[in-house]
Amino acid sequence: MSGNNTVDKTCLIIGASHAGTNFAFALRREGWQGTIKIFDADSVFPYHKPPLSKAYFSNEDSSQVDLLFPKENYITDHIQLHLGKAVTLIDKEKKTIALEDGSIEEYDKLVIATGARPFIPKIKGINKAQNLYPLRTASHAIQIGEFIKTSKNKRVVIIGGGYIGLETAASLKKLGAKVVVLERENRVLARVTAPEMSNYFHTLHHQNGVELLTNKNVVSIENNDNGNTVFCDDYTNYRADLIVVGVGIKVNTELAEKAGLAIENGIKVDATAKTNNDHIYAIGDCTFHYNKHYNRFVRLESVQNAVDQAKVAAAAICGNRIEYDSIPWFWSDQYDVKLQMVGLSTGYKEVIERVELDNDKSRSVWYFKNDELLAVDAVNNPKAYVLGRRFIKSRQKINKTKLKDTAIPIKPNSFL
Amino acid sequence: MAKITFITSDEQSITVEGNSGNVMELAVKNKIKGIDGNCGGVCSCATCHVHVLPEYWDKIGAPSELENDMLEFDENISDHSRLSCQIQVTDAIDGVVLKVAK
Repeated sequence: MSGNNTVDKTCLIIGASHAGTNFAFALRREGWQGTIKIFDADSVFPYHKPPLSKAYFSNEDSSQVDLLFPKENYITDHIQLHLGKAVTLIDKEKKTIALEDGSIEEYDKLVIATGARPFIPKIKGINKAQNLYPLRTASHAIQIGEFIKTSKNKRVVIIGGGYIGLETAASLKKLGAKVVVLERENRVLARVTAPEMSNYFHTLHHQNGVELLTNKNVVSIENNDNGNTVFCDDYTNYRADLIVVGVGIKVNTELAEKAGLAIENGIKVDATAKTNNDHIYAIGDCTFHYNKHYNRFVRLESVQNAVDQAKVAAAAICGNRIEYDSIPWFWSDQYDVKLQMVGLSTGYKEVIERVELDNDKSRSVWYFKNDELLAVDAVNNPKAYVLGRRFIKSRQKINKTKLKDTAIPIKPNSFL
Repeated sequence: MAKITFITSDEQSITVEGNSGNVMELAVKNKIKGIDGNCGGVCSCATCHVHVLPEYWDKIGAPSELENDMLEFDENISDHSRLSCQIQVTDAIDGVVLKVAK
């Protein structure tokens, strides 16, 4: 379908997320002339989600979230936003979707950008806990922010020492909260980084006055007149006026699954973001997609992937085929520390950690599988991040002896 | 009020006006091809890289250390590279011309 014969066509998008909105604008850029409609159950105008656990809490005005695109752009590009409208069904035979209010919308092309939702673990008493929130949407962030800013009692327990948990801990600490993080594993960020990084962030949080505790398996929550008590299986307990749950996500695959699309750890798509139905594409966090560089299917929670898949899908739908071929990247901000990550470290066998001689706040962890550089985590060290990306992309062999030698500064030809 | 001209990779020249925010936001608002601003403007992703035309470099000024570190090893760096999310739109930069980096 090329762009110039799409006047009478309709493309529907489920999810006004980073992926969904970027796709809509990319589709116009690629030449789609027909109707574009985006549906989302969230009624807030499409916004950036990553800052919600980071810079958002420093905003004076708590209703202020960062918009993905200015409002007028949706008007000038004729992108119809249907917010507060949940989609309940995809009928791929009739090429329609059904909304919660019973209405039916027809499509020629459908894009699923449903993302993920917070996973809420089955902890005894969790449903009765007071002021307990996950952190994924603007509404969560606004409620958490309002509570901390207005409540006299600011004891916060964060369940889960992943990125969301640690970023939220740093943000709420800045607002004057007393923060305890309870992590089930024996180190924070256990699922996503090497022990070297876990140690670094553990120390960082301690230095900033956050009580970060590992091997803490939460088994129950009791609420009483004066807040909540969170109980762990080692018979310790922690008082909390506010509880934030950050233990991972559940991918929103239900609509796709009900429609009979292929699901495997996410909605399975090819290198053009197409599902196993020719008229349905899926993009962003909800997809299980092929990564060419690592030669395997992956599911990512990432802005990079949302934007890159949006572009690929838009091009494919307009008949301008480009293949997804990206090196994933991620970032996290905690206190004054900027963490940038590039690549996928899964399957690493060796880690090289560098602490720069001229600046001990600047460090990096390089993940190798034999001679192949898989990923780099860079702390206050954009040079390591950018150079790491170059090495990963080019697959150029790194001289590990030189990389380990911090007397050699990070320069493009330093580690050849 | 500042008028800013973007030259895209397909040599299109687009002049836009702004009076607040940063240059990346202005570019996104005006759908300048090649400026994504994926991280929302926190100097983390380098998807808003521009080359300032040399004659306007003094008006824009040099990058901060962090920004410079992001740019230094970029394959497409020039002597006048900036991340546009780190340039504030003010009267002082009226008239500048920015080439969108690859």
